[in-house]
Amino acid sequence: MNDDLKAHIIEALNKGVRFDGRKLDEFRKVEIKQGFIKTSEGSASVKIGDTEVLAGIKMSMEKPYPDTPEEGTIMVDADLLPLSSPDFEPGPPDIRAVERARIVDRGIRESKTINMRDLLIEKGVKAWSLSIDVVSVNDAGNLIDAFGLAALLALRDAKFPAYEDGAVNYKHKTDKKLQLTKVPIPATVYKIGHNFLVDPTTEEESAADVRLTVTTTEEGKLCALQKGGDGELSVEDIEKMVSLGIEKGKELRALVR
Amino acid sequence: MQVNQMSYTKRNDGRKPDDLRPIEAKAGVIKRADGSAYFRIGNTWAYAAVYGPRDLHPRFLQNPKTGVLRCEYSMMPFSGMGERVRPGPSRRSKEISMVTEKALTPVINLDEFPNTVVDVFIELPQTDAGSRCAGICAASIALADAGIPMKDLVTAVAVGKVNEMKVVDLNYDEEAQEGEVADIPMAVIPSTGMITLLQMDGIISKDDLIELLKRGTEACQKIYQIQKAALKDRYKGGNNE
Amino acid sequence: MKVSELKVQDKEIVVPGDVLADGMEYLPASGTYREDNRIISARLGLVHVDRRLIKIIPLSGRYMPKRDDIIIGKVIDITIGGWRLDINSAYSAMLSMKDATSDFIRKGDDLTKWFGIGDYMVSKIVNVTSQNLVDLSMRGAGLRKVKGGRIITVNCNKVPRIIGKGGSMVSMVKMATDCNIIVGQNGFVWILGTPENEAIASEAIAMIEENSHVSGLTDSVKEFLEKKTGRTITLSIPTNEEAAGEFAGESNELH
Repeated sequence: MNDDLKAHIIEALNKGVRFDGRKLDEFRKVEIKQGFIKTSEGSASVKIGDTEVLAGIKMSMEKPYPDTPEEGTIMVDADLLPLSSPDFEPGPPDIRAVERARIVDRGIRESKTINMRDLLIEKGVKAWSLSIDVVSVNDAGNLIDAFGLAALLALRDAKFPAYEDGAVNYKHKTDKKLQLTKVPIPATVYKIGHNFLVDPTTEEESAADVRLTVTTTEEGKLCALQKGGDGELSVEDIEKMVSLGIEKGKELRALVR
Repeated sequence: MQVNQMSYTKRNDGRKPDDLRPIEAKAGVIKRADGSAYFRIGNTWAYAAVYGPRDLHPRFLQNPKTGVLRCEYSMMPFSGMGERVRPGPSRRSKEISMVTEKALTPVINLDEFPNTVVDVFIELPQTDAGSRCAGICAASIALADAGIPMKDLVTAVAVGKVNEMKVVDLNYDEEAQEGEVADIPMAVIPSTGMITLLQMDGIISKDDLIELLKRGTEACQKIYQIQKAALKDRYKGGNNE
Repeated sequence: MKVSELKVQDKEIVVPGDVLADGMEYLPASGTYREDNRIISARLGLVHVDRRLIKIIPLSGRYMPKRDDIIIGKVIDITIGGWRLDINSAYSAMLSMKDATSDFIRKGDDLTKWFGIGDYMVSKIVNVTSQNLVDLSMRGAGLRKVKGGRIITVNCNKVPRIIGKGGSMVSMVKMATDCNIIVGQNGFVWILGTPENEAIASEAIAMIEENSHVSGLTDSVKEFLEKKTGRTITLSIPTNEEAAGEFAGESNELH
């Protein structure tokens, strides 16, 4: 990004104004939908302003890993589709996609949102394996939060397919839902100059040197953290960003109730 | 011993042989793209986004006489009727990308744009047969939405024969019926009736094929009206009202 | 002899494949083609009938460089002979040293002393080859590097509407928001003002872009600006001329 333009953005932020007229801690309109992709075992769509993402859950029956014979597995994959931006090219996932997948993964798996033992059918023999796939449909900034929300909502929507005669019957969905131990909500805070803001546009994302994704639980506790970008953060910065992340997490949580 | 022949005499969803599944189409759904559309037929649902004309890399792919059309078809991992679809190109998706490109090329004129590419990305969040046809329908709308010069739109549908019954717009269960099945995806330029995509899986006689091509072309006229309406509706509130 | 028949109305929205006219009396102009004795649309856009000529005014399509257009470009590379600019098109443009400035530039001089990567420049297209190679010049009234402010990108097909007849639309936005605004024919728009006013100007321009094909637009924009700025706006051109001047935004003047 052009230094002049960045200076102009910072000048406006210093006055508490963003180019689209929002306040620094204001999210664009959030719209969610769940359970509309029939070929998936769970699905969700999240729109934040013009940014739009889809998430789908697929389940299969696999043999548990030898070192965790009583647990199923979860895999998270994020794809920045060339459909969604002139900046994404077809090909294997680049590091941005991988980072976003890992952030979502950290928020869901490392926080133990799903108890892997709930996925077990028969010790050492059979357990459910969950795949969570999030894809971008339109990138207007803040894919990280959109991905995290969509993945969570898809999990909340998910129902196990029937397992009959040694095979998964995808046509027959049971009423059994996934048990979530918590509802992790991500809110990524960006630092531009000395200002902290949330839900950036793509232009604001290019102007930011550093960001912190703060994923929180209902109790306001942190269950995942990820710093991104080339810049540096002081401990005071981190405290401010985490507070803002917790506050926004609460607001988003109320919206997706 | 006599083997009972399974016979398909009534369509599994109650449709008449030439009935299309319910269709929904919308243009301009992906704001970052130069043109875009969403096309849904029954439970098959496709997004298409067009970027271009834009710079083409690597240079050896550039054509100094004209722009090139490049299509990429892909299924989202959760869009298949059974297991997860592994992301990334497969032989099937590469083939579909190619026939999609060939289906659209005859109507597109990129002579004004030498050395550039017009990229068309097709992604399906949910499929229930007829996915390459839905992709082509979406791509046509998206190309027009992007302002690409075109002689006409292209419309596509899968026709076929399920046991003894000739039908238009097969769903997944029809394709998967036991006994003889012919699945024939086709694409048509509605104003001329010329065919730009034709494939067939299964067994069929020549006479049945020709009859089905005619019925498919007729069905495509209905789809064509919906594609056009999607483009015009985007600008509703304008001078057409 | 078969009588020629117009199948559509002026300003009707058409799509590729729509039949516009039957018969040989009408002539196909830009965005249309003739097949047998019919004239057919080749673009998504508005029909414009001018006596016997039928053309399509496109609603979409990326910017194609045209000689004499005044555009805003962004420097993306510095070469031996000058600068390469992104002009919001499939084609980039070259600004050679001799066309950039009347300063004497010595061989081996550091060109970033004049313009650096990321700089935005208001310039004029002086040549477009058959392969769409584009040459720019900065020599001319009002052509310059812009400092500060912000750049927004609009659909280049909407630029005439954003400028308005004689510059009336963009002038209204400028006056209401006290912003400097330069609209490039290529869809790059430069805005400079206070942060709040830039946001208002930017929203007004987005509104014009979205509703360019709708009548009564000037009134809606005026209303919007009055509401947001608390000012009363007097129009320099009465609104009933809007229909006449709809597509008449001058392309060769700087606005």
